[in-house]
Amino acid sequence: MRNRYNLAAVLSAVILVCCGALILGQKVNAAGEGKITGTVKLDGTAPHMKGIDMSKDPYCSKAHASDPGHLETVLAGQNGGLENVVLYISEGLSGGALTEVPTEVPVFNQKNCMYMPHVLAMDVNQKFKVVTSDQTAHNIHPLPNPMINVGWNQSQPPGAPAVEKSWKAAEVIPVQCNIHPWMHGWFVVVKGPYATTDANGSYTINNVPPGNYTVTAWQETYGTQMQKVTVAAGKPGTADFTFKAK
Amino acid sequence: MQTTVRKWSLLLGAAAVLAVSQVAWAQLTKYDLESRMGTESHIGNITGHAKDAKADYRRYCVVCHGELGDGNGESFPWVDPKPRDFQLGVFKCRSTPTGTLPVDQDLFDTIARGLDRSNMPQWSTFTKQERADLVAWVKHFSPRWVSEKPGTPIQIPPEPEITAERIKAGRDVFAKVQCWKCHGVQGMANGPSAATLTDDLGRPIAPFNFTEGARPKCGSTDQDLFRIFMTGLDGTPMPSFADNIKPEEAWDLVFYLRTLEPQKSKEKAIAKQLALKPVDPNAPAGQQ
Repeated sequence: MRNRYNLAAVLSAVILVCCGALILGQKVNAAGEGKITGTVKLDGTAPHMKGIDMSKDPYCSKAHASDPGHLETVLAGQNGGLENVVLYISEGLSGGALTEVPTEVPVFNQKNCMYMPHVLAMDVNQKFKVVTSDQTAHNIHPLPNPMINVGWNQSQPPGAPAVEKSWKAAEVIPVQCNIHPWMHGWFVVVKGPYATTDANGSYTINNVPPGNYTVTAWQETYGTQMQKVTVAAGKPGTADFTFKAK
Repeated sequence: MQTTVRKWSLLLGAAAVLAVSQVAWAQLTKYDLESRMGTESHIGNITGHAKDAKADYRRYCVVCHGELGDGNGESFPWVDPKPRDFQLGVFKCRSTPTGTLPVDQDLFDTIARGLDRSNMPQWSTFTKQERADLVAWVKHFSPRWVSEKPGTPIQIPPEPEITAERIKAGRDVFAKVQCWKCHGVQGMANGPSAATLTDDLGRPIAPFNFTEGARPKCGSTDQDLFRIFMTGLDGTPMPSFADNIKPEEAWDLVFYLRTLEPQKSKEKAIAKQLALKPVDPNAPAGQQ
């Protein structure tokens, strides 16, 4: 008799665990399925991107002998698509979708005395790497607001090992090289899923569970814009943005 | 009657919530500072108390560093380099890695040493207890001392003997990590990037000139130099080289830097014997 009770207890425990796993599994699946897509465009003529004089460092000017470097504060494609716009969910996230930190490690490269990419988006507490491909010394010097994140300044001479770091709070952080004053980029640290537009201005934010959200688009010169978006099960939300050229 | 009481308590509650959020969002206020008056510092077996430094700070420091410690004192417009903003908790002279708070001893040393070629004199006139109290006072300005712990001081191995090999190796380090980009091949602060350097607040700043016989801001002993390039000077363009210079190489570099100075030294005599030339900025990496 006693044994039978035990068996029942074990069985019900197993069933409970299975159910729990199923429910949890579904949640993860749902989060994986939903997405928000769209394009970001520039309305008007893109401002002229000034050329960069790299003559003070022969390595840099040689690397750009055939393709002179230019500023990257507004990068508009032929169809008006805006590159390097960061899109993230500024309202409506909760639970795992908000707190889960991606395991992939985005890379910020110093190549031909430019930052590749010019804008690197990441989640709060997500690890990222700074590497150098150059045969000239750089220093990697992010300048956060010390009241929000803690800045640092590390040298990266040729062949330097990667610097691996993360940021503890959401913030748009300018990053610069003091040795090459034209080298200026951005770490855009956001909470939750994010995406950066490609050369055509398109983006996809993955891992968004069904729900109602506010999506924010950040562009370094034109600032931010917001839009309400609904993501349904099996139906991605869409949000297109247009920034006016100034 | 009861409803009016309830109404009033509701109103008061709302007002309290509003007031609290106001404090949290506002810039640092006297209220925040009052709440951190209990800040302490520990220098050896001396304990410094912020509240005991109030009078000294008001008499000697406030004119530059300001009542709220933001570096915005009365003399701010006339002082260059600008007074430190203690609220940010970012300090040049540390024994701790870049991006970390300094230990109490670092701040204590800075007060005693002063900062050469700035308006910050040596405050050796204060007793050790007074200086320890001032360290606690400096800390009470920044909320970072509440939420963060100071970094772990970097290890400085015992100083080896000065040899010709080490000085030559130091010259290779100077070339490899490209100190000359800012400091110049002869250490004259005239490297190709020297003219465009700015500090974290965007103000122009010059690299250290080794040939003038001046004292580096964060100390002039061999150990001080070692520490400077391993920790970097936060708030300035000087980065940390901790990932790229091994401790042994750091001593080599210290010895080489001495050969650039005008003062007589064993290093300088050896360099003269070796007829050591400045590094060649156009030589390919690793070939000096």
